[in-house]
Amino acid sequence: MIPLIQRDISEKKKWISDGDILEIVAIAESTPGPIAINAATFVGYKVCGFLGALASTLGVVLPSFTIILIIASVLREFQNYKAVKYAFFGIRAGVLALIVKAIVSMFKQCRHDAVSYIIMAVAFIAVTVFGANMLAVIIACALMGLISSVISERRVKK
Amino acid sequence: MILLKLFFTFFKIGLFTFGGGYAMLPLIEEEVVRNGWMDTSDLVNFIAVSESTPGPFAVNVSTYVGCEVAGVLGSLCATLGVIMPSFIVILVVAKCFEKFKSSKTVKGCMSGLKPAVIGLIANAVISIGRTAFFPESVYPNGISIAFVTDLAFYVSLVTFVLTAVLALKKVHPILIICLSAVIGIVCGYALNLQM
Repeated sequence: MIPLIQRDISEKKKWISDGDILEIVAIAESTPGPIAINAATFVGYKVCGFLGALASTLGVVLPSFTIILIIASVLREFQNYKAVKYAFFGIRAGVLALIVKAIVSMFKQCRHDAVSYIIMAVAFIAVTVFGANMLAVIIACALMGLISSVISERRVKK
Repeated sequence: MILLKLFFTFFKIGLFTFGGGYAMLPLIEEEVVRNGWMDTSDLVNFIAVSESTPGPFAVNVSTYVGCEVAGVLGSLCATLGVIMPSFIVILVVAKCFEKFKSSKTVKGCMSGLKPAVIGLIANAVISIGRTAFFPESVYPNGISIAFVTDLAFYVSLVTFVLTAVLALKKVHPILIICLSAVIGIVCGYALNLQM
């Protein structure tokens, strides 16, 4: 979605500069919520304040919303056909592959140090083995990241 | 009541998701399955639909779950819920942008959140793997040794390995979904698999 924002919003409409794009990506990635929504809201706000944010957020949501509503109304019935059942049987293995691929690319983009690996393992084990509450795990991992960055900064100062 | 529940559940999901794409998947799965709105297998089917339609996964999935649970109004509430945290937080952040950008606290938290999301998605892979290889309809009492003679298991395994290799070679997700659907249909009819 970011390349599209760059082409349409920055190059064509000149609402924001290319440098802003980098900032938007950085902000969208480090605030809660899906990146697409964050980026849209932020661009809208920069261009035209609160109303701009409202308009661009609604704009990015509406196409998905409409299309999925149409699909949802037929998907259930559609799934009763044998051919469709077989298709989804194959698709479930394909989706698993897509998710594994997503993990691999997220892993490549993640920092490669001991703290990162430990947090990954802690999050996985806490939820898988101990059935820990996911929200608690997310908060705990954010704190672990925060504490470790504070500690490593102090070391650098000394 | 169910509309409020949809709104707040998806509000929570939006508030605790960091990152794009599948980052939202673990929370969605937990909430949706725990509330009995959909099972993992329905959710995985829907991921394929979402990959093949435009728009962010978050909006697609909240619209769909909302519609399944409570019709068009349900979609509206779930989708509003999932975008509301982004909207509020971005409005606040945009006002104190410079401070936020250079904040060490934010950077520190993110350095913990990124790997955490990977660990959580890895957890979701287990339950999704179960529905792909050992579906409830065939293994109602958990995974048993019976899979050695289950032809469907081998078809799934081959499909998974093949599509995983293609996905890692950056083949487009829609092609992956089409290919796995074709394999499913061809093998399903050829081997007369029970679904």
